[in-house]
Amino acid sequence: MKKARVAIIGTGNIGTDLLMKVQRSDILSCGMFTGRNSESPGLVRARNLGIPVSSESVKAIQDNPDCCDIVFDATSAETHILHATILRRLGKFVVDLTPSRVGKMCVPEINLEECLDVDNVNLITCGGQATIPLLHAIVTVHPETEYVEVVASISSRSAGPGTRANIDEFTQTTRTAVSLFTGVKKAKVIIILNPAEPPVLMHNTIYAKIRTPRLESIRTAVAGMAERIRRYVPGYQITLGPVVENDRVTTMVEVIGRGDFLPKYSGNLDIITCAAVKVAEEYATRKIMGSRA
Amino acid sequence: MKSPLFFDSTLRDGSHALNHQMTVEDIRDYCRLVDDAGFYTVMVGHGNGLGASSLQVGLSKVPDGDMLAAARENLKKTKLGVLLIPGFGTIKDDLIPAMDCGVDLFCVAIHCTEADVTRQHIEFLRKKEKEVYGILMMYHMTSRERLLEEALKMQSYGVLGVILMDSAGTSVPDMVRDRTALLSGKLQVRVGFHAHNNLDLAIANSLAAIEAGAGIIDGTLHGFGAGAGNCQLEVLAGVLAKVGVPTGIDLYRLMDASDTVVARMMKRPQGIDSLSLISGLAGVFSGFATQVKKAAERFHVDPRDIFMELGRRKMVAGQEDFIVDVAMYLASKKGLKEESYDIESLL
Repeated sequence: MKKARVAIIGTGNIGTDLLMKVQRSDILSCGMFTGRNSESPGLVRARNLGIPVSSESVKAIQDNPDCCDIVFDATSAETHILHATILRRLGKFVVDLTPSRVGKMCVPEINLEECLDVDNVNLITCGGQATIPLLHAIVTVHPETEYVEVVASISSRSAGPGTRANIDEFTQTTRTAVSLFTGVKKAKVIIILNPAEPPVLMHNTIYAKIRTPRLESIRTAVAGMAERIRRYVPGYQITLGPVVENDRVTTMVEVIGRGDFLPKYSGNLDIITCAAVKVAEEYATRKIMGSRA
Repeated sequence: MKSPLFFDSTLRDGSHALNHQMTVEDIRDYCRLVDDAGFYTVMVGHGNGLGASSLQVGLSKVPDGDMLAAARENLKKTKLGVLLIPGFGTIKDDLIPAMDCGVDLFCVAIHCTEADVTRQHIEFLRKKEKEVYGILMMYHMTSRERLLEEALKMQSYGVLGVILMDSAGTSVPDMVRDRTALLSGKLQVRVGFHAHNNLDLAIANSLAAIEAGAGIIDGTLHGFGAGAGNCQLEVLAGVLAKVGVPTGIDLYRLMDASDTVVARMMKRPQGIDSLSLISGLAGVFSGFATQVKKAAERFHVDPRDIFMELGRRKMVAGQEDFIVDVAMYLASKKGLKEESYDIESLL
């Protein structure tokens, strides 16, 4: 079967991890890996693998639009705003891994279907991808949930310069998405970078305030959701609960990475790159290969 | 030796000691008493800064906006200051509303090795021509070289000073003197120090910092603050007078505020209990104390073991969710099962 071709813009931690997952895909192949620094470790690695590379960022796609049908943007929120216009004009399906909020926010387990009909899909943040599905499962049981909160701890080593420069969008976009997907207006998101050595696993804590919660139904819903996410993020595991104390539901989830580009503690890369690959594969199967057939 | 600027965090660090239940009346009465008494700024808000009210670190009784409005109304001469930790608060949700409340001075704080995540917030505030300082929290957790590197980053973003926070109260004077002298020699902006009193060294450490060139001391009246509390500012003013450094502080007015409003706010005498001592020795964030005590009771483990294990795992400020994790881990090592606990209240 002929694979759908993708381009990846951004050769940092996220872009490189994504490339390695695309390499493993039966549906996608990488037609362009492009950044701004021709000597970045990610770009050098891709060049050695024989993948077409460029240090001219989005211009490489403008100069050679046939290199891909789908574009992953793993640069920064600010940069993606510029890229979005260019890529729309080129008619590409864009999967945005920055917290830019340009496109339609997507959590594959919740709204993948409706995202395949737009031209720009935003994957929120790694914290959002790790926690929103579980919150969604909880509010499905309790639509009257009063308040939700997310705490995402990430090892410093796995937060590259792009993530750090975007810490404010990261926090704000995750909060907006939490409210959007749960329908709970009062939401709080806390992001923590921990520099401990050896690095800590990506760890997320979720709190929900619910009057007289039905714990058994919540547990079933949360476990079911975690099981579905594990199909595309194998290292996704609930480490606590859900438990209830004083009308506060708490659950914790850790994400162990596959160790593709950075070691296993960088589950924050996997949770968002796996989601990106899933969106692109679905799009390719239904919109590209479907229309060819 | 020159007098440092006095940054007063009574209504910010004191929030930890009150489980963030500070009232509008507390703020109003306090600000009225200390306005124009010689503090450079009075910091107000949740202990973890703007936007930090949460189940994770504690819900504020009063919303940020109401706290700032009450302070603003009663601070006519002294600058109103706030703290912001990126990742807790954001520009849109927190900084802009604080600016609208008339805040004069902003401290952007982050764990000591992560200065680059403060860039967005510092640069945003500088563009708005606000007075901004950088804070490196838990400064004991990194090398002196790295600390300098991180402080230089903050300087390059445009701060007017970099304050080292001994968030765990684990410093001794030699260490304070060394780090402060290093930074004072290499930075063009002021260097500051914020002490915690876990080892009963808050005044000694603050004095060491001043001797080594610190231009800012951040502390609280009555030492009111997280864990064992902070550098007691009225005492420091007295000590500086004694060694012949004029501070311009109205000592009687500080004492009055300390004896009345602060004494009224305090739920218990500010002292060094065994847990504060162990938390200082373990190098763990002072603000964890309340939740550690509750988790220890709930899971029937020794709170001292929780502190030591948190220190071993190198937890940073804001990671309160790991307290339960550690308590459960210690309980399981004792051969007790998670299911045997009736988790009712950790808050």
